Amino acid sequence: MNQRHSISMTVNGEAITMDVPVRMNLVDFLRNELGLTGSHVGCEHGVCGACTLKIDGEMVRGCLMLAVQADGCTITTIEGFADDPRSDRLQAAFERNNALQCGYCTPGMLASALDYIEAGGSTDRTAIRQHISGNYCRCTGYQSIVDAIAQTIEEGQKS
Amino acid sequence: MSGPLTNLDRPNSYIGRTVPRPDAKRLLQGRGQYVDDLQLPRMVHAAFVRSPHAHARVKEIDTTAATSLPGVVAIYTAKDFVDHVTPYVGVLTHLQGLRSAPQMPLATDVVRWQGEPVVMVVAHNRAIAEDACGLIEIDFEPLAEVCDAAAALKDDATIIHPEFDSNLAWERLVDSGDVEAIWDRDDVTVIERDFTFGRHTGVTLESRASLVEFNPADETLTYHYSGQAPHMMQAVLAKHLDLPEENVRLVARDVGGSFGIKIHTYGDDVATAIAARLLRRPVKFVADRMESFVSDIHARDHTVHGRIAVDSSGVIAAMEIDDLTGIGPFSMYPRTSAIECNQILNLTGAPYQIENYRARGRVVFQNKNMMCQYRAVGHPVAMAVADGLLEAAAHEINMDVVAIRRKNLIADTAYPATSAAGMKFDDLSHQRALEKLVSMMDYDGLRQSQEEARERGVYRGIGLVSMVEVTNPSPMFYGVGGASISAQDGATVRLDAAGALHVSSSITEQGQGTNTIIAQIAADRFGVDIDRVKVTTGDTATTPYGGGTWASRGAGIGGEAVLLAAQALRQQVLEIAGTILQAAPDSLDINNGQIVDVEGAATRMSLGELGRIVYYRGNELPNDMMPEMIATRHYRVTDFPFVFTNGAMAAHVEVDPETGFVKILDFWAVEDCGRVINPKLVDEQIRGGVIQGIGGALYEECLYSDDGQMLNASMADYLVPMAAEMPDIHIAHIETPTKTSTLGAKGAGEAGTGGAPAALMNAVNDALRPLDASIYQMPMTPQRILRVLGIGKD
Repeated sequence: MNQRHSISMTVNGEAITMDVPVRMNLVDFLRNELGLTGSHVGCEHGVCGACTLKIDGEMVRGCLMLAVQADGCTITTIEGFADDPRSDRLQAAFERNNALQCGYCTPGMLASALDYIEAGGSTDRTAIRQHISGNYCRCTGYQSIVDAIAQTIEEGQKS
Repeated sequence: MSGPLTNLDRPNSYIGRTVPRPDAKRLLQGRGQYVDDLQLPRMVHAAFVRSPHAHARVKEIDTTAATSLPGVVAIYTAKDFVDHVTPYVGVLTHLQGLRSAPQMPLATDVVRWQGEPVVMVVAHNRAIAEDACGLIEIDFEPLAEVCDAAAALKDDATIIHPEFDSNLAWERLVDSGDVEAIWDRDDVTVIERDFTFGRHTGVTLESRASLVEFNPADETLTYHYSGQAPHMMQAVLAKHLDLPEENVRLVARDVGGSFGIKIHTYGDDVATAIAARLLRRPVKFVADRMESFVSDIHARDHTVHGRIAVDSSGVIAAMEIDDLTGIGPFSMYPRTSAIECNQILNLTGAPYQIENYRARGRVVFQNKNMMCQYRAVGHPVAMAVADGLLEAAAHEINMDVVAIRRKNLIADTAYPATSAAGMKFDDLSHQRALEKLVSMMDYDGLRQSQEEARERGVYRGIGLVSMVEVTNPSPMFYGVGGASISAQDGATVRLDAAGALHVSSSITEQGQGTNTIIAQIAADRFGVDIDRVKVTTGDTATTPYGGGTWASRGAGIGGEAVLLAAQALRQQVLEIAGTILQAAPDSLDINNGQIVDVEGAATRMSLGELGRIVYYRGNELPNDMMPEMIATRHYRVTDFPFVFTNGAMAAHVEVDPETGFVKILDFWAVEDCGRVINPKLVDEQIRGGVIQGIGGALYEECLYSDDGQMLNASMADYLVPMAAEMPDIHIAHIETPTKTSTLGAKGAGEAGTGGAPAALMNAVNDALRPLDASIYQMPMTPQRILRVLGIGKD
């Protein structure tokens, strides 16, 4: 339980080397050791999607991985997505559509939405709804989020 | 005052306009600040050992192994807290006869529900605290549990609190007119139904979280709070921890959803405050998801027997309900667990003209998690019972469900009006709402396509609800009963030296857009760009005293206080400007941060210049002028116990009789919440509310075994609405401002959750009608639908 391990990774473009307990979740590591509190902990069993991250190009749940499993990986958290101009249009669409209320699901939702858009996802509402069905939002009822994603894709097609 | 409130051509006209939320960018960038994001020096972490039994005696607690675990700072049981907290009892005097037993943060001697906190461990991190919990041995002697609400009232039932003669916590009767004279009349059709509403819970994505610091040097306790009512919790903690109220500060930053879940007194939260005081260092407690399911309040869990009599023309001759609800082993402090039942008695049939109404409500103790107020308290039950009975009666007498509503709704011209249960209504628009709904959904066209679908063997249904929502409560809700819960709210508006406005308000933000509408109202009424308004909420040290955000009261009550304060400050500033400019104050106006002439709108000076004169160059002012540049106003509802809103909703569903699955094809909502301050925010309150209502109607249920174990305490097992199954929702508004305030805003936060289940249940039953089946149990799961179709079993 008390075993520790040294890990190195790139988080939002910064090289990190740290000694961590082997049992520490990746999301707890990012939040508590690196201060990246934008990744939220909602369920700790991979259902709610609030801790969605990008690791080596794949979208993963930060609560279903140990920090030591991310040794050698490249990680992008919401802080990284937010600073990347590729998310500007999506953030503006979320704001315009009020596609967030309490904001707790928002980092994970934004990450999932960005993944859908960058993979060439269509404006089909059913397809968007399917894609974000791993992200729980209690406040909005999802419609405004679907609107924001669809509008971002439409804008991208025009530009 | 310059012109009507919603003149959108006026400069700085924000009331009635969709304005994006200033908070949105921050939250989108992951820069929110929720309680668990805070790290304080010397902070330690709490975890709890919770009861694995629904009912048991605590015989011995052995903490030896846990105490010696490195990293453990303290371990507490109930007896360690005896001298540091006084027990609390969840009763209110106006709920006459309501009783409950004293409660302590940790279970003393007896545990009464699975999940009740028994031992608290504080350690250097949460993982070590949980390790220590695993090393604590508790010798429980199981006691006979009472889980079923009806069984709890039987003579041979185990009595949960031996000091009481039964498990009955409260009973209320309403008897208006003479229902008995109606049932046997030859000219009426009587319909009876048994309704069952499952238990559900809020599942806020941010779980309950507390971070409490205590400074022994000045005896101050600072509670970083994820909740809705900072001043209420300040009073509760001060009273039960025996601290001067002014020494207790509650600070809420971002709150990750609340819905009524985060407004109650939870033992683990109180224990966190006590531990912080005893340890003289910050203690953090964040509930994990399983803890949330077994300790966040649950709601609904009602069984209602309902009866309606209608005459041959469809007029309601009588309505009667008998409601039974189990509330867990205690009444929750300080709001009590009798309110939901009370609301059901008050609200059932409230949209309709009913002369003869009788209702009985019984609230009983049981060995399940505690129940209390959750979004739309009582409304989903009241609306589903009344409109379920009404639509069943309509079909019985071959009358259309819209026609029977037209026959019975209280007329828009009849206000003020009083319902059979004694509710006072004004400024409602049931008839217009229904007509707008019917036209928006193309009711007749939908009925036609329904017929065509039936011919193809496709079972579609249309269901409606006409509803009221309790909003803007007066002191008659809680304060009158002795609770430290404020029904009034305050706002302070201050002009700074640079010409910007600072507003601090006692209502709170949990995502609704509270801070946005505060800025809108202040900017609009004072006369500055909304970007020049900075809003503070959530902090008892810096905001006026007030209730917070619950019961759909923030905009209507807190918003009115902001309006009054902004107008008062405007008047002050115009007087100062008049003196400086040698002009009559009423010849001046404030537009876009400039003092202008009313006639011709010529700019006379900027607010920044006025600020600099007042704050830096006061020598230019007359000696007898000491400007304040700050105004505070408070507001409460006085003429009515509540300001009701109304709405009408409809669902279109398709039921697959082979699988029992319900697909929502469409959903419409017409809402009259009075003055709409921000149309987008209101629409999103309705949408989110409807989806939460759909959750309760189709998916969500806290399932318990017979011996009181919650069976689905995880998000993998407790089904919440996810994006793929949810429909888009069409919304329309009617605006009938309430006459109780200048702003005219009523509440909008709970209507969707209150109305949607009734519309869905009626739609499902409409779909099932050709199959001679009906369902009056929520959630309407595929299994239950198959069962009413005669397929399968429990």
